[in-house]
Amino acid sequence: MKAKENTIALLVRNRPDVLARIAGTFSGGGFNIESITANITKTPETTKIIITTKGSASTMEKLKKQLNRLVDVLSVDDLTGRMASRRELVLFRMKWSDETRPAVMAAVDLYNWKVVCMDDRYCVIEVSGRKDSIDRAIQLLDPLGLEDFSRSGMVALEKFKPE
Amino acid sequence: MKLTGSQVLLRTLRRENVDVIFGYPGGVVLPIYDELYKEEFRHLLVRHEQGAIHAADGYARASGKVGVCLVTSGPGATNTVTGIANAYMDSIPVVIFTGQVPTGLIGSDAFQEVDITGITRPCTKHNFLVRRIEDLASTIHEAFHIARSGRPGPVLVDLPRDVSQATIEEEDIRDDFNTLNGLEKPQQEDIAKAVEMIRAARKPVIVSGGGVLLGKASEELREFVRRTGFPITSTLMGLGAYPGSDPLWLGMPGMHGTYYANMAITGCDLLVAVGMRFDDRVTSKVDAFAPDAQIIHIDIDPVSIDRIVRSHLSIVSDAKTALGLLNAALAAGGPVPVERTREWMEQIDAWKKRVPLRFSEETDRIKPQQVIRKLYELTKGEALIATEVGQNQMWAAQYYTYDHPHTFISSGGLGTMGFGFPAAVGAQVACPDKTVVDIAGDGSIQMNIQELATAVQYNIPVKIVILNNQYLGMVRQWQQMFYGRRYSHTDMSYAPDFVKIAEAYGATGLRASRPEELEAVLKKGLETPGVVVMDIRVEKEECVYPMVRPGASIADMELGVELPADKAAPTNGGEDPQTRSFN
Repeated sequence: MKAKENTIALLVRNRPDVLARIAGTFSGGGFNIESITANITKTPETTKIIITTKGSASTMEKLKKQLNRLVDVLSVDDLTGRMASRRELVLFRMKWSDETRPAVMAAVDLYNWKVVCMDDRYCVIEVSGRKDSIDRAIQLLDPLGLEDFSRSGMVALEKFKPE
Repeated sequence: MKLTGSQVLLRTLRRENVDVIFGYPGGVVLPIYDELYKEEFRHLLVRHEQGAIHAADGYARASGKVGVCLVTSGPGATNTVTGIANAYMDSIPVVIFTGQVPTGLIGSDAFQEVDITGITRPCTKHNFLVRRIEDLASTIHEAFHIARSGRPGPVLVDLPRDVSQATIEEEDIRDDFNTLNGLEKPQQEDIAKAVEMIRAARKPVIVSGGGVLLGKASEELREFVRRTGFPITSTLMGLGAYPGSDPLWLGMPGMHGTYYANMAITGCDLLVAVGMRFDDRVTSKVDAFAPDAQIIHIDIDPVSIDRIVRSHLSIVSDAKTALGLLNAALAAGGPVPVERTREWMEQIDAWKKRVPLRFSEETDRIKPQQVIRKLYELTKGEALIATEVGQNQMWAAQYYTYDHPHTFISSGGLGTMGFGFPAAVGAQVACPDKTVVDIAGDGSIQMNIQELATAVQYNIPVKIVILNNQYLGMVRQWQQMFYGRRYSHTDMSYAPDFVKIAEAYGATGLRASRPEELEAVLKKGLETPGVVVMDIRVEKEECVYPMVRPGASIADMELGVELPADKAAPTNGGEDPQTRSFN
């Protein structure tokens, strides 16, 4: 079966090695984590973790069951194919030169990106959006002096509260 | 009143009704051992930490309670890892307490420090590192709860030395913890659907597993068989849940299963799997396992459902609840029609007659199967049998008849050599009034033979029957079958004199070398008080049959004997088994 990208939202107890257990469940089952984000929720005792991973529907079923078995995992929510907002945040460090500066600034204006800081040699641009628009931003900025970037991995939130 | 962490530990263990700890002291657990000295808690000093965890495991299997072991940090902790993995694979509830260096030194590569929670993460149901004395009691209660609830399993609690030395006011001790979500009840429509499938079946078979024993559902299973009249087979882990002397009993299926169990599974149109997880030793080639059957899978662990064999109806439940509901539904709807399955039962009977479990008795050499049969006769089937791993284990599963639950103790999933004897010690501690026999191989027994000292010191009268073939028998069998008889490094003929070993430890040692000596030696061994080692010199190159080659269909068995012609019986799926003999 074809492997597609899946988005899994986990609600976990905020205990020291919960992330290691989750990572171990992936590695032990032969799954790869494409991206992972984690932070506390409204209640500081729990953490929400969003993981994107590739796999067929049947392997995802197995993975979800195994994650559900972990003592510190409170819920496993599969957002794949559901109505959810999906966003990534990226910070790009660009080299400034007289040739590239106008094009970079034009792109920043055009796409409503944000310049976070700059000096006479570098600037840092903040971009957020869906995975494909982040990929396109990288393609666009690469020839314009892209030196390095940090990519957050996906956060996702279901658009409507599940019944 | 102020209590130390060590005192809190013992107080909490008492509240969990722990009556015995298998352990081994060391530097960082000295505060706990000092408390044990003062309080005279029942503690058995093993001779190797692997012995402690296997004994706790055997205790849990025999008693149905949670087994407990206590070891020190570093090597003490790592020595338990094999036993933890063993308990994990077989879903046995044990709680392992490991000492840890003081919290301030964690991560500094201190003397005898290992990250044991990191090491055991993949082979425990859950584990804890207790960093504050305030969390100690609640963590221990949670550990016991996790170990015994749902699908049971081992839970490790790592105790830094400063936590066991710290003090806390008694009224500040918290015993509560957040309980985990309970299991869902089986859906009534699933039960109704199952009953419909059961009533429609013409060629049914039941496969029960270790989950029936863990769920204490033997009574419900027996009632289920009574109500349906279906033939029943059980995995290695489930032996004893259904009486082996019953006419509906088919023996064990799988790699070393009986001819008739494997043929029944291959030919059935309905397979009811209860508390079993379709291990590859049971299914072998998955595509050819019950190929024509509708499958009902009852298991407490959703992970087991559809993982290996896709079921047509799955019920996520403990065996006791699910079988109880099925029995009630069957009772309400009147008896299951026997005419429907009559032809099938005749077919099974024909298979049983055609290829019974058998071996050729000889006059000049003791056959290992004969030892097990004789042991069964002498103990009247009432002994509690522990096994090591390998040929001895398979013969013990095939040739002893288990009529009672919790009487067969064996390492199923992990196949741990060295398990049987310490597990037998634990089982004997749990059941002091029972005859406990460890059926061993000469290879396996040497893996934890040092526990003879434990058994003798505490007068735990385990009887060890060594099927001594001077080989690593099962590996040798594979070399014989699949590697052109190249017996690479499986020759164990350089071995200690087991009789003298027994005597050196203060046990009784006996030996039988010829068939005419067998009965007298077994009888004397069983009757002699205390620990007895019986060195039985058996046929060296005997093989375990039937055998399914790895990856073959379970209907494709090598029987080790000529298959009698049986034109009359219809062949239900699967080709005729191999008839090659390797003897």
